[in-house]
Amino acid sequence: MNGLPPDIWQPVRLTIELAAITTIVLLVVGTPIAWWLARSKAWWKEAAAALIAMPLVLPPTVLGFYLLLMLGPNGPGGLIAGLWGARTLAFTFEGLVVGSVFYSMPFVVQPIRNAFAAIGDRPLEVAATLRASPRRAFWTVAVPMARPGFLTGAVLGFAHTVGEFGVVLMIGGNIPGETKVLSVAIYDYVETSQWREANILAAGMVVFAFAVILSMTLIEKRVARTGA
Amino acid sequence: MKIAGLLRLTFIAAIAAVVGGNAFAAETNVAVAANFTDAAKEIAAAFKAETGHQAVLSFGSSGQLYTQITQDAPFQIMLSADDGRPKKLVDDGLAVADSRFTYAIGKLVLWSKTKDYVNGEETLKAGAFAKLAIANPTAAPYGAAAVETLKALKLYEVVQPKIVQGNNIAQTFQFVDTGNAELGFVALSQLAGEPAGSRWVVPQTLYAPIRQDAVLLKKGVGNEAAAAFLAFLKGPEARAIIEKFGYGIDGGRS
Repeated sequence: MNGLPPDIWQPVRLTIELAAITTIVLLVVGTPIAWWLARSKAWWKEAAAALIAMPLVLPPTVLGFYLLLMLGPNGPGGLIAGLWGARTLAFTFEGLVVGSVFYSMPFVVQPIRNAFAAIGDRPLEVAATLRASPRRAFWTVAVPMARPGFLTGAVLGFAHTVGEFGVVLMIGGNIPGETKVLSVAIYDYVETSQWREANILAAGMVVFAFAVILSMTLIEKRVARTGA
Repeated sequence: MKIAGLLRLTFIAAIAAVVGGNAFAAETNVAVAANFTDAAKEIAAAFKAETGHQAVLSFGSSGQLYTQITQDAPFQIMLSADDGRPKKLVDDGLAVADSRFTYAIGKLVLWSKTKDYVNGEETLKAGAFAKLAIANPTAAPYGAAAVETLKALKLYEVVQPKIVQGNNIAQTFQFVDTGNAELGFVALSQLAGEPAGSRWVVPQTLYAPIRQDAVLLKKGVGNEAAAAFLAFLKGPEARAIIEKFGYGIDGGRS
């Protein structure tokens, strides 16, 4: 019973990589979306918001099913993969990033949107009267004021990607070091009756989840106190 | 008031129908290894037509089903894809020892959706593919057989970086079916309704026979439908279905 399998930490590293890259992509892609959702007056704005929020409601199997078709040789993913001579984006780390970006998007966009909306028009109007260009006002006024929203979005996006399971199970192919993330590794250990290994990883996840939620609450409390 | 009364009456009638139905035809929960999915459905239908009993089927990899059974899953019969796990269930005291028998002998196939793509072991040796799908070898016997075959051909090390694993043989099939993997090792039974593509039935010399055992679980003792289902599974009608799906039958007739 002594000695852990040497590859038990590989899924941990892979998961952290996946979550970190997904979070960065989501901050880059999600910020303009959140800004638009917060500021636009377009009538179809809420329809777009609903579209982004859908992964909150849809079972991961729905997303996994469509991703499998989209990433495959007959979908746009296969076309993109063709650029470097591959046939499909499924079973690749890149494919998981694509899936995770869709899956975790509402968790990043929503807090940032709320933070932008909370600023209101006034500070931006003031910036404009001080002859700041809209772009400058965005970077020097809106983004700093929305910092708590960015922090919440980043933490939630990261944590939610770590907690992803169904989508990865369906498009991952369980490849060590490439698509075998933590949740899938745990499932694998349980399925093959390796409960000690499953326990180590699962208990780690419990501690992680607790730490994330606790720190989120503490951040929010601090923000409320300082009024930032 | 009137409507409420009517609703109550309907409800009672519905309950009576359900309970009454059970008095004549019993129900049994069967855990079925994923490779046997289609055959099991057909057998369950024939079983119902003949006996009136209902076999409720749950599918998964043998490893997954085994774990669930050790955790008190409400299954009364297990149709495994190997003989090891049913034996282990007997050893664990979770299954009835003398109920164990081989209901089918599985056959491994290398399969591709593309015509003329699979051309015997040469296709594996040439290695002109990006992804080869197999079932998870620790949980699914067909996955283990695939690894055994690759090792027998001395190709495992070469091919390993290209292997993608389905969680069970059904997912492996679906990886190939969607074209995400060019080819994969699946069960011959899965190709029963699938004339297209190209295939290579792996010679039995390359892997140990996949003896698929059925066993009555302790939870099924005394259940009339469970006993009837196992008896039916041994009978000529079920055997014909099993053979139709490309399995061998114990007794060396294949």
